[in-house]
Amino acid sequence: MADAVVRQPGVARPASARKRASLHNILRRKSTAAFLMTLPLILLITLLVVYPAFYSLHLATLNKSMQRFVGFGNFEFLFRRDTFWLVVKQSCIFAITAVVFKALIGFIVAHFVHNIPAKGQRKWRGMLLVPWVIPPAMSTLAWLWLFDPSYSAFNYTLAFFGIGPIPWTGDAAWARFAVILVNVWYGAPFFMIMYLAALKSVPDQLYEAAAIDGANWWQRIWYVTLPMMRNIIAITTLFSLIVTFANFDIVRILTAGGPLDHTHIFATWAFRVGIEGSDIPLGASVSLFMVPILAVAAIFILRDVNKRGNEA
Amino acid sequence: MSRKTLTRRQFVAATAMSSAALITAPYVRGAYAAGKISIGFWDHWVPGANKASTELVNEWAAKEKVEVSIDYITSQGKKIELTIAAEAAAKSGHDVLAMPTWWPHAHAELLEPVNDIMEPIIKQNGDVNGTVKYLGRAGNKWLAVPATIGSQIKGPCSRIDLLKKFANIDIQEMYPAGGQPKADNWNMETFLKAAEACQKGGVPFGIGLGETTDSTDTAGAIFQSFGAELVNAKGDLTVKTDAVRQALEFYKKLIAVLPPDVAAWDDASNNKWLISGKGALIMNPPSAWAVAKRDAPQIAEQCWTHGMPSGPKGRYAPYLPYFWGTWSFSKNKEAAKSLLTHLSQPSSIEKFVAASGGYDLPAYANMTTLKTWQEEGPPKGTLYHYPNPHNHQTLSIAASPAPPKIAQQIYAQATLTKMCLRYAQGEKMEATLAWAEGECEGFMRS
Repeated sequence: MADAVVRQPGVARPASARKRASLHNILRRKSTAAFLMTLPLILLITLLVVYPAFYSLHLATLNKSMQRFVGFGNFEFLFRRDTFWLVVKQSCIFAITAVVFKALIGFIVAHFVHNIPAKGQRKWRGMLLVPWVIPPAMSTLAWLWLFDPSYSAFNYTLAFFGIGPIPWTGDAAWARFAVILVNVWYGAPFFMIMYLAALKSVPDQLYEAAAIDGANWWQRIWYVTLPMMRNIIAITTLFSLIVTFANFDIVRILTAGGPLDHTHIFATWAFRVGIEGSDIPLGASVSLFMVPILAVAAIFILRDVNKRGNEA
Repeated sequence: MSRKTLTRRQFVAATAMSSAALITAPYVRGAYAAGKISIGFWDHWVPGANKASTELVNEWAAKEKVEVSIDYITSQGKKIELTIAAEAAAKSGHDVLAMPTWWPHAHAELLEPVNDIMEPIIKQNGDVNGTVKYLGRAGNKWLAVPATIGSQIKGPCSRIDLLKKFANIDIQEMYPAGGQPKADNWNMETFLKAAEACQKGGVPFGIGLGETTDSTDTAGAIFQSFGAELVNAKGDLTVKTDAVRQALEFYKKLIAVLPPDVAAWDDASNNKWLISGKGALIMNPPSAWAVAKRDAPQIAEQCWTHGMPSGPKGRYAPYLPYFWGTWSFSKNKEAAKSLLTHLSQPSSIEKFVAASGGYDLPAYANMTTLKTWQEEGPPKGTLYHYPNPHNHQTLSIAASPAPPKIAQQIYAQATLTKMCLRYAQGEKMEATLAWAEGECEGFMRS
């Protein structure tokens, strides 16, 4: 009789060895490596984004002197204020108009740049990106001088043609136009570069096939270019919508919300109420009001992106 | 290899010396025996003014054996307000911090009372005006010490030549250097007539109607001279009163003769208006004149800082005091109070005023006739009436006498200038008043 013990596969392995093996397997997984590599960023985001977000949620539930819990009291108060609804309206006008124009200009310019011969294209790409790479606080100061109420360079130029002076920042409609214009100027290059990247990834064969089928330029754009760029357009729009809704510097520097509050958007009014008016909880509530709007937009846009991804 | 051995004698000697050092250490007065203190001062725009503060602090620190660190915090971008809000939330920060106008009241619960130092300072320097008491005191508790640095009156700064030429007003005769004002006829009516004349002459008065402090401060003083209050001292709404209606009527006439873009003016616009030579009068502390002295000396030579016109209820001048406060969570309150006492001594105040070229204003009655204001020029005596040496006008802040936490909202939201603009742009009087009443109701939340 053989006295040897035959080890059954998968049975009776010591627990510590099993643990070591499974840890080893976990560490060998690509997803674990990816997680560990992104961990510093996750920690940073937790510290700089998640914590302040929850802290502002907490602040929004306090009374003005920050000593009493008031639940949704601040939001109820805001909903009764006319100025708040004016700010909601203006934020929507500002963000939607600016994003539409940025997308449109970005799309057109991307096509122009795409059609420039490869040799000279880099120069153009670099030059067109300049507005986007200058810190907006600085570039808006230059715009402020161009729009200056008393010494506007635009008005000086327009005066040669017998036009003006235009109250760029003194009249509600012109002031809205001015802040949207600067935002479009600043943001259009981002759309341009994203769309350019998307255009470059559209296979030439599709255009050749469309040409053989007799498609004109509009049909090529409508049936080939746009469907191929749909995901990029959706994600870029969402990203820009979030950033534009949360804009602060352009409006703050150019008009500070005036005249008569007609250019205030959420962030600038939150600052006015929270910091300048020493009502931090109300300021936090104003800035948090953006969250549900943007969350709904994000859900719709990302769901669409997902759907198209599955179709592909 | 040698090995050093410790003898019994050496061991006993070392132990005795170490014990003696440990026991006596707390009683030795070293360089920083009284601990550390951190200070947040307003970063002065006048070159060299910060140096005077540093010297005064260092002088005190050397005497009191305190280690000091000073941060000069700019008011650009509301950095001071942001710092105050952050320190109040974190319950940690500077031991002494500069606080503009409304902020001592906004954080009254977190500030260390300074009655113990304010009473002797007032006894020494003279009483403080009503606005300093209104902003710096809650009941009988002094929340902060009035700071000389940054405090200012935003009265008129006029062009001598242009007022004489277009409005037939000799402003130097009305406000003579070194003498009592002879300004009985300087009232809202003559002011408006002068504004109309200067506008016709192509040099309109430069009074902003934007949402920044300069615009609000002027509107506040004019409203007060008509007795117009949006909320009274008890906290009752008083928007729909004849006094408010009169003030709005006056502003409507005034706006008609101001530059067309005043709705978009910020705190720099009026300065530029004066320095560029486009206007005959602005409402500002002497900063515009000081810049003109450097950049446009021919204009500076024609500038004269003087008092406000009087209205039916008195003569009010826009006044913005700064304060120095100490948090109740400060780690070195005693040193902070000692420093604040030092900075409020007449010799320190004189140094601040001189270093700022007369811009900074002490809050105390006995300190309004310093030689800096008498000597600054050109023209000599241009700043003589800036500190209100003859008390011929009441120094006030817009939105007072409403309870400060309500007044701060009226001030920050620029409700007064918005009312003036709405009415001047064609809105019906009652609609403007109803809008303002709604706004003020909202400001009353606690």
